[in-house]
Amino acid sequence: MTILAINGKKIEAAGGTILDVARANGIHIPTLCHHAALAPQGACRLCLVEVKGMRVLQPACTYPISEGMDVQTDSPKVRTARKFVLELLLSDHPKDCMTCETCGHCELQDLIYEYGVKETPFVGDRHLFPPDERDPFILRDMEKCIRCRRCIRACDEIQAVNALTMMNRGFRAKVATAFDTRMQDSNCIFCGQCVSVCPTGALTEKDSHGKGRDWQTTKVATTCPYCGVGCNFDLNVRDGKVVKVTSAWNAPANKGALCVKGRFGWQFLHHPDRLTTPLMKTSFWKEIKGTEGAPSPYKGFVETDWDTALDAAAGRLSAVRSADGPDALAILTSAKCTNEENYLMQKLARKEIGTNNIDHCARL
Amino acid sequence: MTIEELERIRTEARQILAERGERFLPDGELKPPRPGEVRVVLRNCGQIDPKRIEEYIAKEGYFALHKILNMTPEQVIDETKRSGLRGRGGAGFPAGQKWFFARQALASRPAPADGAPPAYLICNGDEGDPGAFMDRAVLEGDPHSVLEGMAIAAYAMGATQGYVYVRAEYPVAVEHLQTALPQARRLGLLGKNIFGKGFDFDVDIRIGAGAFVCGEETALIDSIEGRRGEPRPRPPFPAVSGLWGRPTSVNNVETLANVPQIFLKGADWFAGMGTEKSKGTKTFAIAGKVKNAGLIEVPMGITMREIIYDIGGGILNKKEFKAAQTGGPLGGCLPAKYLDTPIDFESLVAAGSLMGSGGLIVLDENDCMVDVARFFMDFTQDESCGKCPPCWLGTKRLLEILTRITRAEGTEKDLETLEYLTQNISTASLCALGQGSVNPVVTTMRHFRDEYEAHVRDKFCSSGVCKGMFHYEILADTCNGCGACRLKCPDKVIKGAKKAVHEIDQANCIVCGDCYKACKFAAIAIRPRPTPKSKLPECG
Repeated sequence: MTILAINGKKIEAAGGTILDVARANGIHIPTLCHHAALAPQGACRLCLVEVKGMRVLQPACTYPISEGMDVQTDSPKVRTARKFVLELLLSDHPKDCMTCETCGHCELQDLIYEYGVKETPFVGDRHLFPPDERDPFILRDMEKCIRCRRCIRACDEIQAVNALTMMNRGFRAKVATAFDTRMQDSNCIFCGQCVSVCPTGALTEKDSHGKGRDWQTTKVATTCPYCGVGCNFDLNVRDGKVVKVTSAWNAPANKGALCVKGRFGWQFLHHPDRLTTPLMKTSFWKEIKGTEGAPSPYKGFVETDWDTALDAAAGRLSAVRSADGPDALAILTSAKCTNEENYLMQKLARKEIGTNNIDHCARL
Repeated sequence: MTIEELERIRTEARQILAERGERFLPDGELKPPRPGEVRVVLRNCGQIDPKRIEEYIAKEGYFALHKILNMTPEQVIDETKRSGLRGRGGAGFPAGQKWFFARQALASRPAPADGAPPAYLICNGDEGDPGAFMDRAVLEGDPHSVLEGMAIAAYAMGATQGYVYVRAEYPVAVEHLQTALPQARRLGLLGKNIFGKGFDFDVDIRIGAGAFVCGEETALIDSIEGRRGEPRPRPPFPAVSGLWGRPTSVNNVETLANVPQIFLKGADWFAGMGTEKSKGTKTFAIAGKVKNAGLIEVPMGITMREIIYDIGGGILNKKEFKAAQTGGPLGGCLPAKYLDTPIDFESLVAAGSLMGSGGLIVLDENDCMVDVARFFMDFTQDESCGKCPPCWLGTKRLLEILTRITRAEGTEKDLETLEYLTQNISTASLCALGQGSVNPVVTTMRHFRDEYEAHVRDKFCSSGVCKGMFHYEILADTCNGCGACRLKCPDKVIKGAKKAVHEIDQANCIVCGDCYKACKFAAIAIRPRPTPKSKLPECG
């Protein structure tokens, strides 16, 4: 065990960085470029702390603890430096929180509130990139970018795609794709990991714009219906309608990562063409019920309920099995089903029907 | 390679050198040491053919490597520590200590399972300070001394692979290294089992892509790894986790070039030069308003006055010395009161500047200190890697304020903001580039506050640099009417009869300064404009 002092309080810890130990002990240190899912890089200088014996302030997110260390996380020197960094960032940031999509869950906004930075003392050039709406799914409003590089690191460390990088130097440094093309022309796969980690409104979900801020929506945890991996995420619901998908960082299967379908493919939920009740062929219905049945918008089909539909299907399957034996039947399942669902289907085929004719499309 | 063979090559090559009169470059190109100079690092430059290893061997080359391979690595480290050799890249970290830390880290870790090198030695030849070309001279003129120094350092710290990281802007240095490496390998002075002592070491060249920040060791390591060069926070230090996560020592070209000499002549000889804490010699690139600009090598502890006046020959055109910028864009401007301060690592830091890699730019009365600070800030802002906001955004704000002041748009509030910025940038930045970027502003504000105030309050640049903030006046009691200014004036706005006092038509004068330079009698003075012009159009 290592014994150190944070703000004069004696703390024992097994190891880790100053930030890890402080957070584990309920000591607040602000961060901006730090993200729990990404390797720390010490760039944003918001987590600066005073380490006794060091000439300059040190970033808590990368500085490992050591025996006898004496750390101040909230001294006047530290607060001044943090406020200074926020004033600088604000001097290069549009002050349009009123219309910003991220207002309410913007980490820069929260810190500026915490440090009471009403105005910046710096007057000068500001980046004036027009919002880049050329790409599907992701809207890049780069004048809100604070160059924390979370997006670059997520693209590299989580997704291993490396579509994003820094280009240029100094004030002209910016996050870009190779050769600064639009994202469609890069090797971006639109998984949206960059959007999920962006602390400001620089990267946002294009289709969710204007549909509800963080405090106007409720988060509903769910499992992605697209494939058998079983990724969890949060549906952001406003007035009974899904408006956005956000990462659930504690999800066991995907740990916050998603693919383009899971993150951006939710519009089908409220599509008028979406089937919401089972349909049965009109001829089949007549054969079983002897009536015309309720009309449906689909030619040749009637709408029914699950019990009726399942009974009808089971009855027809049993009839085939009795007439021609179990091998007259075959079951093809879908990769969109979960492992458990696929297991149950093969159990149905092998045990209940008695055939080995069970297969799987094994692709999306 | 055996010592006998090495001695045979030495004897033969000495013959060639003697026949050529102990020099390689023709007269005029090779300047002999000026009085006060001591050449250790530059000893062979210009004397031997850098493309022939035999000539380096004639100058006792690779004998130090043979000598140290009979010592233990610990003895090599101790001897280096005893010599007092400190890193010549700017920070002045003791070289022996650096190797010791890397060796210690190496001992505490298992070797890589895939047979990759356990540790690395990197030679930092990414010399980026404007006007500095010490490393270039050594790499171009005596590449083998650097390679031998690298082999010795590698043996001490336990590295088996070395890299020379050299700027792409130094094509001759790259060419000479590319020639030197196969020669050393052919003679078995690099490669496997050197001198039959079981020591393996080889060197590759990595060429930088032109980023100043890649001279910072962690950014340099990123660059060798094939990524964008950006400094990483320390710890972990490169000695513990450097190139590919292995213990790495990054040493400057000049540091490494000193190493063979320390083992040939002994640690005591080296420690006999310099001051108590800064031993040996240092190369400086003198530039600016000095008569004998160029590269010099002097013992540590020499004063700036000796460098500028004795070796440098004094200020050009009989002007007054105003300040000297040491340590490049991250160093500071020291005024005349520091002329007699000994130049060593500690004294320069105490004065608010840096040793840096050894650039020394001399400024005279016609250099505006605000403009000098603006110039360096322009450089630093352009070269900031863009990683931490205090640097990429803070230097931009500094540059904007300095630019405003030099365009007669500055306010007194700007001076306060400058101080606020410099204080915080230096404590909050990630690497030495950001932390040091403010030094030119801090030192010029400390020593030349009056100039800043004159720029802001009176909109007057007394050095005659900031356009629109001064004009020229002919002093009636000094002008003898020689007419030199009148003839030189491109716009013909100077009027006056022969032998009579001349006058400038201020309304039409473009303030080009030709008259000021032409006047031999100091009869033209820089004076405040009655109405300063701001927002001048940008032009070259």
